[in-house]
Amino acid sequence: MSEQKLQSQTVQTTGHAWDGDLQEYNNPLPVWWVYTFYATVIFALIYWAIYPSWPIGKDWIGGLSKITYVNSAGETRTHSWNTRALLLKDLNQAAAEQKPYFDKVSAMSYEQIAKDPEMNGFILSAGKALFADNCAPCHQAGGQGVVAFFPNLTDDDWLYGGSFDKIHETLMGGRRGYMPAFSEVLAGEQIDQLANYVAKLSGIGHDATKAAAGDALFHSETAACFYCHGGDGKGRKDIGAPNLSDNIWLWANVPETDAAGGKVAAIRNVIANGLNKGVMPAWAGRLSPEQIKVLTVYVHELGGGQ
Amino acid sequence: MQTGLEDQLGLYQKRIPIFTRSVKGRFRRFKTSVLVLAYAIYFLLPWLPWSRLDAPAQAVLFDLPGRRFLIFGLTVYPQDVIWLALLLFIAAILLFFVTGLVGRAFCGYFCFQTLWTDFFIWIEHAIQGERPARVRLYRQPWNREKVLKIGSTHALWLLVSFWTGLTFVAYFSYAPQLVVAFFTGQAAAAAYITVSILALSTYAAAGLMREQICTYVCPYGRFQSVMYEPETLAVHYDARRGEAAHGRAAARAGQRTLAERRDKGLGDCVDCGLCVQVCPVGIDIRDGLQYKCISCGLCIDACNTIMDSFSFPRGLIRYDSEKNLAAATPAAPRVQWKRLKTIGYGAALILMSAYLVYSIGTRGSFDRTVNQIRQPLYVVLSNGDIRNRYQIRITNKAAQEQTYQISARGIPANALDLGNFREITVKPGHSGLVQASVRLAPAQAARTQRFELIITPQGKAAEARSEAVRFDSPGKRP
Repeated sequence: MSEQKLQSQTVQTTGHAWDGDLQEYNNPLPVWWVYTFYATVIFALIYWAIYPSWPIGKDWIGGLSKITYVNSAGETRTHSWNTRALLLKDLNQAAAEQKPYFDKVSAMSYEQIAKDPEMNGFILSAGKALFADNCAPCHQAGGQGVVAFFPNLTDDDWLYGGSFDKIHETLMGGRRGYMPAFSEVLAGEQIDQLANYVAKLSGIGHDATKAAAGDALFHSETAACFYCHGGDGKGRKDIGAPNLSDNIWLWANVPETDAAGGKVAAIRNVIANGLNKGVMPAWAGRLSPEQIKVLTVYVHELGGGQ
Repeated sequence: MQTGLEDQLGLYQKRIPIFTRSVKGRFRRFKTSVLVLAYAIYFLLPWLPWSRLDAPAQAVLFDLPGRRFLIFGLTVYPQDVIWLALLLFIAAILLFFVTGLVGRAFCGYFCFQTLWTDFFIWIEHAIQGERPARVRLYRQPWNREKVLKIGSTHALWLLVSFWTGLTFVAYFSYAPQLVVAFFTGQAAAAAYITVSILALSTYAAAGLMREQICTYVCPYGRFQSVMYEPETLAVHYDARRGEAAHGRAAARAGQRTLAERRDKGLGDCVDCGLCVQVCPVGIDIRDGLQYKCISCGLCIDACNTIMDSFSFPRGLIRYDSEKNLAAATPAAPRVQWKRLKTIGYGAALILMSAYLVYSIGTRGSFDRTVNQIRQPLYVVLSNGDIRNRYQIRITNKAAQEQTYQISARGIPANALDLGNFREITVKPGHSGLVQASVRLAPAQAARTQRFELIITPQGKAAEARSEAVRFDSPGKRP
């Protein structure tokens, strides 16, 4: 069939032969294609008239389309259309949509917020964003912290207390964890004994003889550990002294150390060198009161609160 | 020196206008019924009322701001995107399946380009008359009659195009309100923009461009032809019968009956040209199967009419397969489906359709996702217990507010802690979030790899759904 077709019709050529017999077919473009091209030209002209187009020196043709927005100083401005103003407008709109929720946050008590399903949803999403922007650099995205650097917020141990008020206090004023270096007042042997005693408190492998000596030292005026960590080693929340008898490790990287000797060495290291790096900045003034309130409830929920 | 440009034939090819002659017959009847049915559904469906508790009373409403599609008694949420995927898959396979069997049936009878072009030609025919009258009108200079007839044709086309656009928008907004708002200038800008774009594109595609859409623009037409097989039925001209030894010839005296034509070695084709005149894409089917053919069957109707008037047997142009036409003794054309490809497509079609029906039929009244919180995977608590946390999202797909209770299976009863929310109440079409934490003693944690969280709609225990989740602890790393 196709052969018949080829024979029955002659294909147009451009009418010129090169090298004797080399010819070029002329398969013309359908004319609507050309019209489409003209239509795009007209579209471009209209587009130039409406939107910013040509640069002129340091200025540009702004176009007929205008955008009205409120700038960061709260002034209403009208400018030729641009994406920066559009972004401001969108941000203002988003803030306006969030405002009723933040208003509710400031009007409600912590307990009310925590028990309201709708507000709970808001805390989970708004709190997550605030946490990611401000807290995650130290406490990590999920609040799990880093052993020996930043406290874990997802466990059930609260250095300064896990009530809404205490968390709020921590956020507003910041915290400073401090422990003196005992290498200056105690002999290496004594520090080793203390480390074994702390290991015993937490129920991990230790030398019983050294631990017994450490027990005496812990409660003596020489080392005076009990002043801060309490007679039972359970710590004091009013000054943020950690509980030494539980399974949670803040400074000594015990969980990541396998051998029993290594674990004791990690504890020894903390006792000898002390700590001066437990700094949490104050957020009052940096975040709005509503934002801090949202974060308080969010952090409270991370670890279950107290 | 010759540049090759002296004898320029023109850079662009003007469209050759096509004036189709109307025709009667089986395929015309079929096309008309499809057109009437499709138009009835498309134009009337948005006006069909359907009473609902919490949404406009419109049977089919694609509620974009509400993030849901309301289709009669079914509410489709974005989470049901699998249904859309299935629907698209079924549509694609159906196209392949049908094309393998009977060629470009979609193009010829069901494609909206074909339907709208057909209707626009009908308008043209109603105002300007039959083909010769339209050709005459086209050739005559611009006078009162021509301006009136051509003008009113285009005006009607624009009107139909406009209503086509407005109907489309009516699927996305409560139709009675939308139409009033549209004409009083109160509708959203998106409505005006969409209606304008659709009206203009309908007018351009069905009124002005017509077969050029199928020839130059549409990808389906091109890729449907590669799905043809030798067994595929398509509109064919029986060249062996039509041309015989000495070709086609008009039915002049002495070659009017079949017997006379056999004697002279003439084919059955009387070269009346009717098959060309009725063709909406302006081709001659007697040149063989070609890419422009949308297989609408109108040339079959035209040829059968002529064959009947000469008392020749029908079917000079007919649905047949290339294989059958080339056979030494052609059999009666029939749909040949006993091929691996066709059976495969058919099986896929049945399977996927069954799955879609099953999936819609057994859909729960709510959707749930349970995500284990992975930062951190587990937490060691002060007494050595291990805690894992989970975020449960429940989407209420029912028409009324519903309270859900959450419980666990495979862990001790007191291990699951839901904080302040023992149960959660969710509005229809909304989602609720619950944080659950599970606390296990170290020994228990080491034994527990997985457990199940069970979500029960209050008062509907039968609709409870369970979700298996992991439990991580320090001993076992993923």
